[in-house]
Amino acid sequence: MKGQGRLTDLLPWLSGVREGPVCNLVSANQNYGNYIARLSAAGLPLPVLMISLGLGSFTKRVVLIIALMLFSNIVSAQQQLDIPITWLGRVENTVIPLSLLDAPIEDNGIPGSVLGLQDSQTTGNFLNHKYQLEQVILDTEDDIVQRFTALVDGGARLFIADLDADDLNRIKGLVPEVLIMSVRAMDDSLRNRDCSTTVLHLPPSRAMVADALAQYLAWKRWRKVVLVTGRHLQDKLYADALRRAIDRFGLKLVEEKDWTAEPGARRTDSGHHSLQQEVPVFTQFKEHDVVVVADEYDEFGEYLMHRTTLPRPVAGTQGLTPTAWHRTQEQWGATQIQRRFIKLAGRVMSERDYAAWLAMRAISDAVTNTNRADPASVKAFLLSDKLKLAGFKGVPLSFRSWNGQLRQPILITGSRMLVSVSPQKGFLHEVSELDTLGFDEPESGCTDF
Amino acid sequence: MSKVNQYLTTVVRTTVCRCAVAVVFAMGASVSQTAGAYTLYVSNEKDNTISVIDGESLEVTDTIQVGQRPRGIVLSEDEDFLYMCTSDDDHIEVLDLQTGKVVHTLPSGPDPELMALDARGRLYIANEDDNMVTVVDVDKRQKLEEIPVGIEPEGIGLSPDGKWLASTSETTNMTHFINTETLKIEANVLVDSRPRVAQFTPDGKEVWVSSEIGGTVSVIDTETYTIKHKIEFEVRGLRKESIQPVGVKIATDGSDKVYVALGPSARVAVINAKTFEVEKYLLVGPRVWNLEFSPDQQRLFTTNGVSGDVSVIDLKKRRVIKSIKVGRLPWGIVVRP
Repeated sequence: MKGQGRLTDLLPWLSGVREGPVCNLVSANQNYGNYIARLSAAGLPLPVLMISLGLGSFTKRVVLIIALMLFSNIVSAQQQLDIPITWLGRVENTVIPLSLLDAPIEDNGIPGSVLGLQDSQTTGNFLNHKYQLEQVILDTEDDIVQRFTALVDGGARLFIADLDADDLNRIKGLVPEVLIMSVRAMDDSLRNRDCSTTVLHLPPSRAMVADALAQYLAWKRWRKVVLVTGRHLQDKLYADALRRAIDRFGLKLVEEKDWTAEPGARRTDSGHHSLQQEVPVFTQFKEHDVVVVADEYDEFGEYLMHRTTLPRPVAGTQGLTPTAWHRTQEQWGATQIQRRFIKLAGRVMSERDYAAWLAMRAISDAVTNTNRADPASVKAFLLSDKLKLAGFKGVPLSFRSWNGQLRQPILITGSRMLVSVSPQKGFLHEVSELDTLGFDEPESGCTDF
Repeated sequence: MSKVNQYLTTVVRTTVCRCAVAVVFAMGASVSQTAGAYTLYVSNEKDNTISVIDGESLEVTDTIQVGQRPRGIVLSEDEDFLYMCTSDDDHIEVLDLQTGKVVHTLPSGPDPELMALDARGRLYIANEDDNMVTVVDVDKRQKLEEIPVGIEPEGIGLSPDGKWLASTSETTNMTHFINTETLKIEANVLVDSRPRVAQFTPDGKEVWVSSEIGGTVSVIDTETYTIKHKIEFEVRGLRKESIQPVGVKIATDGSDKVYVALGPSARVAVINAKTFEVEKYLLVGPRVWNLEFSPDQQRLFTTNGVSGDVSVIDLKKRRVIKSIKVGRLPWGIVVRP
């Protein structure tokens, strides 16, 4: 376990709050401590901060209540409404970016939820709504069902789930009276046969991002596509989504190949020599317009760029990338949230941070509009046409009522500049153009809604 | 057109037009007093320029280079200067309208976007990136106060008597009412998602607030600080999500009309100020952002961001009579009588 540290070292101002046993924190928690520290350093008052350590050796719980006292003189007279939200995550293998210019993200998603909490609390202060975010991060071995049930028994009802599809499938139907806002899993199975009315999905599914890219390729008339797929299960799922999208938008898959090489060290002297020899050999494809890669763990996609046999662009998980969020996104007022996030977290906002921020904002929109915080009321509002979630995408975002997936435009971006945003002009839909991305209602395999 | 050509064209046009303006001034005051003799200034966010439009000929007569990302613009009390939020330079630039030169700057706090000027020479500036409204004395060129507001301050509206400031916060979804004597927030009203522009009615009894993502305009009663009416929009054949209210302009000529720019839908809504009914939608250019009247309020001018032009609406006939090409991403617009 890396990232060991004493709780009191990380949160020194806590000493007056609680003298507790010395414990080791998981790395994600350490980072969490760091930006709590930053919050404090930034002069933001943190009137209540509680730490409880009762759920086993690896499970750590941090409760954070942010009540910015900005407008404390004008708190409304109505009775205080508490909105306790539980972040339920599990540690994962951090993706190590192939490029040395990018640092691995070890607290993926968490600062997004903290920023969402802060942003929402500014409105909450006027309405006497108090948002609380409790963080529970499971270790690899921890039993999700046991932990989840214990949290529900303890009163938790609104969850933000930083979990993979397996974990979600284990907890989704256990308790009907909860609402789980999923911020990690992009699996299409969760939006189809494995869907659940207790789970709403903030990130786009793989089908949505693949469709977004395919629409752009169709718009560009880059019709002939070759597909290179990595060794992980997630790469295969991404490739499945790409094949579906290629078919759906009239592109042609001319050839496919798997990249099976072990990743090896990212930092090697003279590494470019061998790549310059190997990649042209690997990319001897039939006539094509674009090379599309499925490499979610960032192991090889970057190697293909500028080294292919024919001079062709690379797109997919690397190169021209379809994604819900990216550091290049400054359209529709996004400059402000990008800057706020960097100030808070000390790094750029990831796709998962964005999903977590949206999860908090969606809950807050529902609470603000209904003055209720129970999962049934929150969910009913979120699935209704009253939700007009602002997500810096130029249009109001909403959930698909047939599978709980958030509708949203998808950015098509290079590494240093936004290129386009899908849906592309001309791809029409009878309800919402956003529903040209991903599994639409008639093709949905979800029957739980 | 190549960059060089574009540059040359701009230079030539600027030179020629400066002469024309000089001639008009030389002809004396009688010319500027004839009906319709007024000038419009348009900030072009992408080009870092101000387009000058002659109200009579409806032609661009000059294009002036200014600082980075000019957005909100207001005219000085004596109408000789233009205050411009040059957002990416983090200050206000002051343009001398006689010489067409930026003469000095004012402190503004980071990322100024919209502002209002009161009769005392105090400029109230929304700092989009700083959760503050900054108050600046334009004569002393000094920052007087920073008022903490919600997240992403945007709209700034001043009451007709100058006693109240309505300021919107885009992420907090609030309209804050600030007392301009004490510079303290005295009331807050929750509005729909991403509030943009706030404008007082001429009698000061209402504030109209546009919500870009919520797709509505809230009419706030300034006695009770409650929303007395919420206006929704519907244009046949258009998706609701493309209708995004931004600029609001309230007629002061007794016609009881309010005009609202509807962003990507390329429409301006004509609203009855008494019944709150939308009477008509006028087709202008896409991403229509801000609005301005001619001094006699017979015409309305709109900045259309995506099409890079200004639409001229004849308000009697309720028809768009002309589009004037300006710079890239026109944003703010003011009239100088």
